[in-house]
Amino acid sequence: MNGAHDLGGMHGFGPVEIEPDEPVFHHEWERRAFAITLASGFLGKWNIDQSRFAREQMPPAEYLATTYYEHWLWGLEKLLHDLKLVDQAETTAREKNPTSPATPVTGQRVLAARDVEKALRTSRTSKADEDVAPRYRVGDRVVTKNIHPLGHTRLPRYARGKRGVVSLDHGVWVFPDTAGNGLGRRPQHCYAVRFEAAELWGEAATGRDAVYVDLWDDHLEPA
Amino acid sequence: MSHDHDHEHGHHHHHDDDDDVQEHREHGAPLSAVELRVRALESLLVDKGLVDPAALDQLIDTYETKVGPRNGAKIVARAWVDPEFKRRLLEDGTAAVAEHGFVGRQSEKLVVVENTGGIHNMVVCTLCSCYPWAVLGLPPVWYKSAPYRSRAVIDPRGVLSELGVSVPAQREVRVWDSTAEIRYMVLPERPAGTEGMTEEQLAALVTRDAMIGVATVPAVQR
Repeated sequence: MNGAHDLGGMHGFGPVEIEPDEPVFHHEWERRAFAITLASGFLGKWNIDQSRFAREQMPPAEYLATTYYEHWLWGLEKLLHDLKLVDQAETTAREKNPTSPATPVTGQRVLAARDVEKALRTSRTSKADEDVAPRYRVGDRVVTKNIHPLGHTRLPRYARGKRGVVSLDHGVWVFPDTAGNGLGRRPQHCYAVRFEAAELWGEAATGRDAVYVDLWDDHLEPA
Repeated sequence: MSHDHDHEHGHHHHHDDDDDVQEHREHGAPLSAVELRVRALESLLVDKGLVDPAALDQLIDTYETKVGPRNGAKIVARAWVDPEFKRRLLEDGTAAVAEHGFVGRQSEKLVVVENTGGIHNMVVCTLCSCYPWAVLGLPPVWYKSAPYRSRAVIDPRGVLSELGVSVPAQREVRVWDSTAEIRYMVLPERPAGTEGMTEEQLAALVTRDAMIGVATVPAVQR
């Protein structure tokens, strides 16, 4: 979707400000939002692409006015409510009253503390084992599709309808543009595609600079 | 669902620090809207049996105290002193860092790109905030911010220049937009004046920002 998350090439956000000696978390609520998001992900009810898509559906003005972990929180609330693991009314009640009733959900695969280390080391989200032939070889000239789907896509707006060259073949991966929309894994090759700066941004761009974008077979056509 | 009120509130709390929040709380002020939402959701998930509170603490501890940019710095220092390791690192980053035990979430496949006299690499995620957790830990705020995500691809030299990195015109800038599950780390150039340093001393010179590609490792004055 053409949401506020797709920021590449926008103007007006000001300078990049690096905070010296930045802590990992700035507030206790960020620690908690981070942890409940990761732990809930291990329930296996949604994939990483669906969790990204949930955050992308935050209304644009709100997305731009809030911080990273607020995006995470919004996305997690949406997923839990949409999947009826948590009822919207339960959340509203709990915000007002810390002892409001909660309906237990049984039969779920819950990440236990003793399994955390192993789960973090071994969890795989998107690499596919299927033997799928690549449609392109390193060095091939390609053009990206000019698509504007309402659902999730990993083809950024600034790189649509642009000519590039396949630079690295990353192997076979789940396709986020289907997986993120609940339409299946559709495993296929993912490549680093090189776009010259002038192709993306016009002749004013510095001639020898380039942007590499990781894209899948279904994003590309021969050029 | 509407979070209009929450967003206003959350926004204003953006620059508060923990001491501030702590102080408010000691004086009995109510929790902020976002704090209330997180507390409500966490306690609901625990009460419903969907998360294990001890697992939450362990997740936080892992990424706050165990995994961080010191991991990546060790990799860089090893590559600087061991040409054979460097060759393996550039050929298959995932396997080379796994030799050091650095594997896990947000690092299913790692590609390491080398800065040289002719090429300067930098890494961004314009669509969200993809970042190589296993070697660099969790991303800093600026990396996740709109200014960096919007500008890194259209004006990398402007961003670099503001951050004190001047890239000569004849040096190519390569920006890697992490749009898939492949994660990128920059192997910075080994600075002058470091001949004869130990691997540990070299690792201490390597910064997080140099491994993202928005800083260089400065020469060491002898």
